[in-house]
Amino acid sequence: MTQPLKQHLIDPEICIRCYTCEMTCPEQAIEHDDMNVVVDADKCKFCMDCIPVCPTGSIDNWRVVAEPYSLEEQYGWTDLPPQEDVAGDDAGLEALDDAIAALLAEAHKGAGGKSRAPATASKPSVNLYTLGKPAEARVTGNYRLTAEDSDSDVRHIILDFGAQPFPVLEGQSIGIIPPGTNSEGRAHLPRLYSVSSPRDGERPNFNNLSLTVKREPHGICSNYVCDLKPGDTVRVTGPFGATFLMPSDPNAHLLMICTGTGSAPFRAFTMRRQRENPKLTNSLTLVFGARRQQELPYFGPLGKVPESFMAKHFAFSRQKDEPKHYVQDKLRAQSERIGQLLQNPATHIYVCGLKAMEQGVEEALKDIARAQGLVWTDLRDRMRDEGRYHLETY
Amino acid sequence: MLDLINVSYDTQIPNNVGLSQDKKVLKALEKWHPGYINWWNDLIPQNFQQSMVYLRTAVSVDPKGWAKFDYVKMPEYRWGVLLAPQVDGRTIPCGEHFGQPAWQEVPGEYRNLLKRLIVIQGDTEPASVEQQRLLALTAPSLYDMRNLFQVNVEEGRHLWAMVYLLHKYFGRDGREEADDLLRRQSGSEEAPRMLGAFNEETPDWLSFFMFTYFTDRDGKMQLESLAQSGFDPLSRTCRFMLTEEAHHMFVGETGVGRTIERTCQVMKENGIDDPFDIDRIRGLGVIDLPLIQKKLNLHYTLSLDLFGQEVSTNAANAFNAGIKGRYMEARIQDDHQLQGDTYVVWDLVDGKAVQKEVPALTAINMRLRDDYTKDAAGGVGRWNKIIEKYGIDFELKLPHEAFHRKIGVFANMPFDPDGQVVTGAEFDKGLPDWLPTHADGDYIQSLMKPCYEPGEFARWIAPPKVGIDNKPGDFEYVKLHMA
Repeated sequence: MTQPLKQHLIDPEICIRCYTCEMTCPEQAIEHDDMNVVVDADKCKFCMDCIPVCPTGSIDNWRVVAEPYSLEEQYGWTDLPPQEDVAGDDAGLEALDDAIAALLAEAHKGAGGKSRAPATASKPSVNLYTLGKPAEARVTGNYRLTAEDSDSDVRHIILDFGAQPFPVLEGQSIGIIPPGTNSEGRAHLPRLYSVSSPRDGERPNFNNLSLTVKREPHGICSNYVCDLKPGDTVRVTGPFGATFLMPSDPNAHLLMICTGTGSAPFRAFTMRRQRENPKLTNSLTLVFGARRQQELPYFGPLGKVPESFMAKHFAFSRQKDEPKHYVQDKLRAQSERIGQLLQNPATHIYVCGLKAMEQGVEEALKDIARAQGLVWTDLRDRMRDEGRYHLETY
Repeated sequence: MLDLINVSYDTQIPNNVGLSQDKKVLKALEKWHPGYINWWNDLIPQNFQQSMVYLRTAVSVDPKGWAKFDYVKMPEYRWGVLLAPQVDGRTIPCGEHFGQPAWQEVPGEYRNLLKRLIVIQGDTEPASVEQQRLLALTAPSLYDMRNLFQVNVEEGRHLWAMVYLLHKYFGRDGREEADDLLRRQSGSEEAPRMLGAFNEETPDWLSFFMFTYFTDRDGKMQLESLAQSGFDPLSRTCRFMLTEEAHHMFVGETGVGRTIERTCQVMKENGIDDPFDIDRIRGLGVIDLPLIQKKLNLHYTLSLDLFGQEVSTNAANAFNAGIKGRYMEARIQDDHQLQGDTYVVWDLVDGKAVQKEVPALTAINMRLRDDYTKDAAGGVGRWNKIIEKYGIDFELKLPHEAFHRKIGVFANMPFDPDGQVVTGAEFDKGLPDWLPTHADGDYIQSLMKPCYEPGEFARWIAPPKVGIDNKPGDFEYVKLHMA
């Protein structure tokens, strides 16, 4: 079977035929007749040059197809065809290559059903770069986030994409291809890392992004990434992920629950909100667990985010002279507040971190829901179907 | 090395033309700048000037950087001088100098012709802002208000673009012309704007949508043909302006489309199938389709007049000189000189409209107008699709080019919208069915009540299908300053 592919299409119902996209496209992939403006799937290289110049938003449409729609088919349309069920593409649009799609499906499994993006999330770009055609990024920074005396080595890595378009949304992941080959002499497959910077870059309007990576003993890729030096180049695939995204609606309240490097997407969410709507109050709630304060990534910068903007609850399980606290304990301690959030239709819940945290969080939310007279699994399923419950664990 | 892609903010005037190294022009523009700011400040009511508007601004002229959205107070909008990147080895695309390298300086023999074209184009830009200055008071939504302001600030920037060319390439008389662009006022008795359609007021939002659809489309066609100019700075200026102009087309097409959509919706909800059941339809607070046809007749025909005479030696000279091309000149397969070619134009013979062949060189205006009509007809077809979707038996049509004309061979002749000659009496009798009457205007005016709640829309217009910059439906596009 041929690999399904993502096809760029223009919505003929919304397009006003100004042909600005056609004049902008450096590949001459866009053409028109008296009816429609269409995109040639053989020529489109996903450079995204046409996206900002479109006055209508009709240009920003994508379908995953087994066979691309021909120009003739597109010329005949009066509206866009719905997304067909593409065989073997169970994970929807999260990723186009099977291995990555399977990884993401596994990471989202704990949500109890098919994940959906928040209703007001921006449309993600997926799989612009592949193993066969990766992007090349230059390392411009590598900073240790955990205390020097800690045995936990978590790093903040900054990658610059230069002139290559690499549009990512907060919550998406990218693949890093470690150099070398495995024991069978084959090239390594990419490892997935959540992006920890907002969509306009670690530094606004620089074409760069950041990752939050923990060094794992014997981890081929994590050791490679944690040892990178400024100036090194890395091969990158992606971006991946189309559901674990933040809503654009500034009134949506985000409840973010994480441990360790699971904080990466939440750093991105928080920075996006701060850049977009810095004056919001009671906009976010973060419940963040680590062993000790010295091992909690971004503890310093988090302290600078006003409590009025984001309520922060830290849980430390190995703090000296303190009882062990896990994220579920913090949830229970705030049960009244969390209960209110569960009742609020503007609330979006995100859980990200190690698989081990899933059960405890689930139990706590179940109890809090019960106290509100709610059945957690029903609520969770409804929230998930509405794109308001998201889980990514590994 | 000069950075000619990214916008430089090292002078008061954002630009990608290296202004900071061009002291003479910079000084002239800085002298002109306060007059511009005064003009802007006197124009739009103060509470809107103080409001935060979600606008797009170009931070560079390459596709990635030219549409950055953010809140800004309009007087603080970064108007600037932005030219599309220079194309290496560009040649003159038409006329007797066809194939020679494009001019980077004004060719002496065409100086006056060029200046006049730039001044006429420049004069329309502030004129439309003047015509639309009070519309925000009756905006049907914050979304529409934002779109209006985006159109306004970009028309302001287009004025900047033309003023830059005048200052940079036309010396002292260029500077005088630039000052006059701020001196003339739309509708003024003493110093009106240069073209008729730009002295009419834009009294209501349907007129605004019709204006942006039909009249701004003339602007687009003019820009398209100036973008083909052998005078490279003019070509580059117009190419970048066209990207912005596309937004104005969008506002017009979707504005009229949403008005139609709402009318059809309300008709269906109330079981009205007859589009001519006007009293009942108006009783429901929406704009009847026959009135939309009348508005269309008015704005289309006013816009046709902007193309000038069907047969014109001025246009022939401009084409032959290589300073104004045809629509999509580069895609036309001919010799680009038109020495022996002919073109079919309308003429008046024995009081009837007939078509005849004339030398193609003299029919440049007519050809551009035909391209315009074709372009304009496309959107009308898409409006009809909306009506069809609701199963209502009504079809909007562009009227015949002979109808209601003030310029050209049909000027002031009694043609009906189908292009038939009628008697004076028949013409007077038909007029209330062909063009909006005072009563029609009053009715539309009665609907013009502001709707300033985020996500809400006046009753007579449907919400858009997609938000600007992918924003959700209740996004606060304008944070109103209510002091």
